[in-house]
Amino acid sequence: MNMHVPRHWREIPKRYRMEAGKCKKCGSIQFPARLICPDCSAREFETIRLSGKGKLTTYTVIRVAPSGFGDLTPYAVAIVKLDEGIQVMGQVCDCDPETLKIGDPVATQFRRMNEEGKTGMLIYGFKFVPDLGL
Amino acid sequence: MVGIVGYGTHIPRYRIKVEEIAKVWGADAPAFKKGLNLNEKSVPAPDEDCVTLSVSAARNAVLRANIDPQEIGAIYVGSESHPYAVKPTGTIVAEALGACPYVHTADLEFACKAGTEGMFIGLHLVKSGVVSYAMGIGADTSQGAPGDALEYSAAAGAAAFLMGSENIIAELVDTHCYMTDTPDFWRREHAHYPEHGGRFTGKPAYEKHIDGATNAMLDKAKMKPEDFDYVIFHQPNGKFPANAAKRLGFKEPQYKHGLLCPTLGNTYSGSSPMGLAATLDEAEPGQLILLVSYGSGSGSDAFIFRTTKLLPDVRDLAPRARKQLDEHKMYIEYGTYAKFRRKILKPE
Amino acid sequence: MKEVAIIGIGMTKWGELWEKSIRDLTTEAALKCLDDAGVDKVDTITVGAMSGGLFNGQEHLASIAADYLGQRFVPATRVESACASGGLAVKTAYMEVASGLAQYALAIGVEKMTDVDGGEATFALATAADQDYEAFHGITFPGLYAMMAYAHMEKYGTTLEQLAQPAVKNHTNGSMNPNAQFPFKVTLEQVMNSTKVADPLRLLHCSPITDGAAAVLLAPVEVAKKMNKPYAVIIGIGHATDSIALCQRKDLCKLDAVEQAAQRALKMAGKTIKDIDFAEVHDCFTIAEIMVMEALGVVEPGQGGPACMDGLTALDGKFPINPSGGLKSKGHPVGATGVAQIYETVSQLRGEAGDRQVKNAGIGMTQNMGGSGASSITHILEARS
Repeated sequence: MNMHVPRHWREIPKRYRMEAGKCKKCGSIQFPARLICPDCSAREFETIRLSGKGKLTTYTVIRVAPSGFGDLTPYAVAIVKLDEGIQVMGQVCDCDPETLKIGDPVATQFRRMNEEGKTGMLIYGFKFVPDLGL
Repeated sequence: MVGIVGYGTHIPRYRIKVEEIAKVWGADAPAFKKGLNLNEKSVPAPDEDCVTLSVSAARNAVLRANIDPQEIGAIYVGSESHPYAVKPTGTIVAEALGACPYVHTADLEFACKAGTEGMFIGLHLVKSGVVSYAMGIGADTSQGAPGDALEYSAAAGAAAFLMGSENIIAELVDTHCYMTDTPDFWRREHAHYPEHGGRFTGKPAYEKHIDGATNAMLDKAKMKPEDFDYVIFHQPNGKFPANAAKRLGFKEPQYKHGLLCPTLGNTYSGSSPMGLAATLDEAEPGQLILLVSYGSGSGSDAFIFRTTKLLPDVRDLAPRARKQLDEHKMYIEYGTYAKFRRKILKPE
Repeated sequence: MKEVAIIGIGMTKWGELWEKSIRDLTTEAALKCLDDAGVDKVDTITVGAMSGGLFNGQEHLASIAADYLGQRFVPATRVESACASGGLAVKTAYMEVASGLAQYALAIGVEKMTDVDGGEATFALATAADQDYEAFHGITFPGLYAMMAYAHMEKYGTTLEQLAQPAVKNHTNGSMNPNAQFPFKVTLEQVMNSTKVADPLRLLHCSPITDGAAAVLLAPVEVAKKMNKPYAVIIGIGHATDSIALCQRKDLCKLDAVEQAAQRALKMAGKTIKDIDFAEVHDCFTIAEIMVMEALGVVEPGQGGPACMDGLTALDGKFPINPSGGLKSKGHPVGATGVAQIYETVSQLRGEAGDRQVKNAGIGMTQNMGGSGASSITHILEARS
């Protein structure tokens, strides 16, 4: 089924490049970018790319996965406080999820997020990895 | 003057040892290890593929080149494991880098040579003045058929080279190539695993084309093996390139920096390009490098580079290849490996 | 605005009800409610259901409810606020009566979740979260609350034992509820050793997948007075939203929407939390009950865990929470929960809760929450006779 193609395509700037919106008035950063600043109600933004680096604020280890993610269990999903100050959710891969700790430094990497069946679209995006300078 | 302005690699963190694979198939691990000079190989995680490896390597290349991705005029991705048969890897990489929309992209395939093809085309495109910067990427997550000899070596990795004419870190001296129709290894459309001609892949295939390209290149450039500080041959295992060196008059100190296969495996389109990246990680300014790739089917691309004094400055702007190869490895056993590589039959 | 009373309540048994369709459940609960009220014609119907579309392939539940209840031509509305749909249905019915637009306003909460398989149910439930920035990353609902649990444990030192306690207490209450999905007790050890779902949450920390419906009938207080039996009056309503994505909340250990909604309800009622005798809260996961206690002001921030261990919220404690058994033991047919919370509260205020009766139940509070705390609706009810 190709019903989701437009949606996945539309999300490319956020998923591939972590494009966010920075309020021109108050500097507040929104990911995803918004039409109106939730902090100061201004309507003008500049596009920035988030660094993808930050620290774990909290996480969980998913053992019962939603469909499409079953092969990855157990995997960690975390909320990361990026260096820019905002929080973002993402999987943490390339690690033993049980060894993660709140406060661990992470970086982002381009990974395959999902696929729409054996013959459908491949969906790419960002995941976090422990920041080991690799 | 044209040459490399940035380079980057990416190697997945998972590894599997030759013994692990041999155990399952009842093979003689020590004999394999000795015969192939191969100890372990990299394994891509279930969420890694040719595209993701290309993006990571390409991003590292851009870091070293320190340019705005919008300036990249062409991106070529060579692989034999492009995830789509129709729909380019190159456009995904271009979007991920932020190079769209004014960028020429193409996906290339020529077994293990597809990476150097992209480099060859990129270099000459920049030389012709059509684009300011062109990127050639070799990336693979190739499959080895279970129980086949190639299962021990089929690995995953990517190397990306950004070519330009300013702030060059390794100047292109010359290129050459040697191609024939030699069916030593192939994969039919819709086939899951490749097939190969066994011992036929040696003398009439790898050796003939590596030797042919090397000799023709040395001839054209009027150089001798002793002139080179480094040489990198395609590395399907740890033995072939060493034997090639011996045959062609090169010595171990020349090829050891670029020989990653013993602990990496064969990264196919990434193979010799990654060897070049590892060499650039160590080379001093003013040193001469010979790169000769090999792709089944068959052919070899040859390049001569001379490093510049800018190389040491950019080297550590991105992780070195051997750091990715040697540090923070995560070993897995065959069951996990089979699951990661989708070798296990699951219900639809 | 008119004062609004609840003059009838009804609910089906909750559980895996293979023989009952969504229209069966809707109608059954509503008929019980109308019978309880002694009313046979209503002016409006509001249906709270999270997703008739995804669970049953059936939208337009408003029309189905009116049609199958034999209330043809009656105006009907379907409202949705994820797991707070039921509470929202009650609020909607309240507004219709309070404004004078309707005399008898029926609120039905329903969800039929077992016609789809586990994967589809999980997908449907995940639509209460942020699809593109949470579900996209493979998070599940247990996962979202598990993240709050780890944050709460890190910030306040909440222990795994404390995390398990609300399940034990709720099952103790639920074992006395004939309508509950799981009317049996569980021990702390059973909870702490149950199958892992999303660390640190395990199976018995999580509310189940359930089929069920509940209905309540609202009418002006004057109508209730004429019935000559105990009734309940809605004296306060509060409703608030918060960011859909958990990562954009101000404090991961705090349910701000719950606090805001509760404060608004208390203000409208002219009461403080100290005036509340008991509460039915949204224990979709045990950590939710702990965090809701703190957001309602029942305990100080971070003190929810210790308070549970001390028995503050037990049936005979100082502030009984979930005398019905809560979502954990009673079940959680998503859209029905908010209405069932009202059902239980009215039962208690009427003195009809049998073995589950809270002593001196004069004022009760309900708290119904959507998603990971992106919406919360609180009702405050007072007993009248």
